[in-house]
Amino acid sequence: MTRKQKRLAIIAGGMSFIIAAVLLVMFAFSQSVAYFYMPADIAKNPVPPGTRIRLGGLVGEGSIVRGEGSTVQFAVTDATGDLVRVRYTGILPDLFREGQGVVTEGRFEAGSDVFTADTVLAKHDEKYMPKDVADKLKAQGLWQQGEAAQ
Amino acid sequence: MIIEIGHYALILALATALVISVVPVIGARRLDRAMMDVASVGSVTMFALVAFSFAVLTYAHVVSDFSVETVWENSHSLVPLLFKVSGVWGNHEGSMMLWLLILALFSALVAAFGRNLPDTLRANVLAVQAWISVAFILFILLTSNPFMRLDPAPAEGKDLNPVLQDVGLAIHPPLLYLGYVGFSVCFSFAIAALLEGRIDAAWARWVRPWALAAWTFLTLGIAMGSYWAYYELGWGGWWFWDPVENASFMPWLAGTALLHSALVMEKREALKIWTVLLAILTFSLSLMGTFLVRSGVLTSVHAFASDPSRGIFILCILLVFIGGALALFAFRAPLLSAGGLFAPISREGALVLNNLILTVACGTVLTGTLYPLLLETITGDKISVGPPFFNLTFGSLMIPLLIVVPFGPLLAWKRGDLLGAMQRLYVVAGISLVGALAVYYAHHGGPVLAIFGLAAGLYLVFGAIADLWYRAGLGKVAASVAWKRLAGLPRSAFGTALAHAGLGVAVLGIVAVTTFETEHVVKMKPGQTVDAGGYSVRFDGMQPATGPNYSEERGHFIISRGGVAVADVWSSKRVYTARQMPTTEAGIVTFGLSQLYMSLGDPTNDGGIVVRIWWKPFILCIWGGAVIMAIGGFVSLSDRRLRVGAPSRRAKPARPALEPAE
Repeated sequence: MTRKQKRLAIIAGGMSFIIAAVLLVMFAFSQSVAYFYMPADIAKNPVPPGTRIRLGGLVGEGSIVRGEGSTVQFAVTDATGDLVRVRYTGILPDLFREGQGVVTEGRFEAGSDVFTADTVLAKHDEKYMPKDVADKLKAQGLWQQGEAAQ
Repeated sequence: MIIEIGHYALILALATALVISVVPVIGARRLDRAMMDVASVGSVTMFALVAFSFAVLTYAHVVSDFSVETVWENSHSLVPLLFKVSGVWGNHEGSMMLWLLILALFSALVAAFGRNLPDTLRANVLAVQAWISVAFILFILLTSNPFMRLDPAPAEGKDLNPVLQDVGLAIHPPLLYLGYVGFSVCFSFAIAALLEGRIDAAWARWVRPWALAAWTFLTLGIAMGSYWAYYELGWGGWWFWDPVENASFMPWLAGTALLHSALVMEKREALKIWTVLLAILTFSLSLMGTFLVRSGVLTSVHAFASDPSRGIFILCILLVFIGGALALFAFRAPLLSAGGLFAPISREGALVLNNLILTVACGTVLTGTLYPLLLETITGDKISVGPPFFNLTFGSLMIPLLIVVPFGPLLAWKRGDLLGAMQRLYVVAGISLVGALAVYYAHHGGPVLAIFGLAAGLYLVFGAIADLWYRAGLGKVAASVAWKRLAGLPRSAFGTALAHAGLGVAVLGIVAVTTFETEHVVKMKPGQTVDAGGYSVRFDGMQPATGPNYSEERGHFIISRGGVAVADVWSSKRVYTARQMPTTEAGIVTFGLSQLYMSLGDPTNDGGIVVRIWWKPFILCIWGGAVIMAIGGFVSLSDRRLRVGAPSRRAKPARPALEPAE
């Protein structure tokens, strides 16, 4: 090989590494990105079972039911009054309370309208309303700036 | 009164920084000594002013002066002294002050240790440092002034966020900022070189210690942050791929690449342009990290209070510095002459591969972090990109890197002997595989992939040892000769070996925890027992207790093995009185390198409580590995060839350079 060919080979090697990385990123995006939904969005267009999503909203007043062991059921609501029941096994975050904002991640099982969450997110500030939830609630006109944001 | 003096000192620091921003640059153009000397004197003065200002703020926190707004917002008279002090940087304003303090410190250090730098370079470097200082002092004074007064002064403060009341927080931000901001020096050197349009191996020699120091602190800072999140948040995880974590991890990746490419530049005068670009990119990522964390674009424990005007201000700083630097690079980089040639299979080649992989990996992390923000801005869709994305992309890209790491030091500069290196490493790979199998069987199985992961970790550790072994010629020459050779190796060789071995140790920890970890979420009543990791954990009931500024319910656990009690652990749920904020304090007990981790959930109706128990095998290896890497950094830093200010003993050998390397 001449020097030029060698150099070309090296550049091609580097480029193919980068291309491989880009393809990997695209594949990973298609596999693992979770969209954010509020109960109203789900009422409008139901999410196919098995799709991983984030569900956010407010924990419904009086909706928390503790089951066997560490399984908990609660409802996530929003300003429109739509409601999604959520089942979660595990430890709820410290700031999980009725009437407070919450973000859960998981999927709907086939043939069930109960959302099975594997993660319930808590951010750790008592003033904190999850940003995604706050934005959507603002869009729905329920929640005023300053009520929790400052 | 003292508060106003502190405030005034900060304004004086701004004035000083403005002078250093301009005068030395003109001096460097005109070769005017006096004007250039302004840089050194000015930088030390500015540091003194900023340090005074910071001390005043600290004083306000220590004496709980609630007439100062930031103190009122983030402190309380009952908080222990340590947290009064760490509360200084436990909020937005204070943490920006810390940022500035460290920036000023680095400028002063460059002024103090940079006596052997050419006058013009030193003047320009300090001027660029001052540009950054001006931007940040303005930012503090205009949008986040920590010296604002309240009238009338409240009687009591609102308390520091409880999760921040922790020793980890006292140490984590200063270390992290020493890393973040340390890269500003590399950035300033890069800009100065571009301004002068001249760069050579000596430049890399001057930059490398700063890059190394920054990298070392950043390594420690990230490890500390990860450990803090692990024990304080009570979620049992040590890395969440949270955007804020990524913000500190990206400069680390780029900084690691910079460290290696500067090595090539110093030894072989090659990769000059690339090294300059990396120096710019690394600090840009640090700036961007600051922006992401501080602007409220991301929500996390770090986004203390978001204020849109701050976000826009930081965005402007970002655009000016990153955009300006890259534009300057585009114009001036072609002036920099290309350097030495090398064959693809050589130490340089290995380091180029290292750079390729690290920067691409850094790119994937950047994509995963920014894509949701971008998508939301463009389409309004809200998505989350979580650990699965990063594990898949970043994880796969790391595999080739782990394989090539031990090759680098074994290959010669200019043209290496791949076959020879492979022959040496096969033994290493063989031993590693056997070791991994042994661990696997000792642990009674687990996913088969664990074997390869463990082997990769061991391979890095043994590979690092093998490098020293072969350099000393152990087994080939008499032991005494080998010992002498080993002692005669430069410290940087030990630094490299330690850093690479540390990476291996961290990999071992990561693999062991991800594959062998066990988790139990159970409802426990007093007297009940759960088995985890070969230990049995007995729940002994809850007791109330009070601390200085909180009250808590503590759960008592008795750990026993084979019927013998070996440890008592308390895990608690606290409520911090001032903020009425609950937190969970995990109960952690260490056995060798492994840990049992207990965290309390909610009480159940029938008098039990939900408890989460993890067995975390070899988890301490993760942070231990990072500490070993950092020790490697310090050892390397102590190498006299790198010591800043040491007389350069470059009896430069006749350059074998520019002949084609085939």
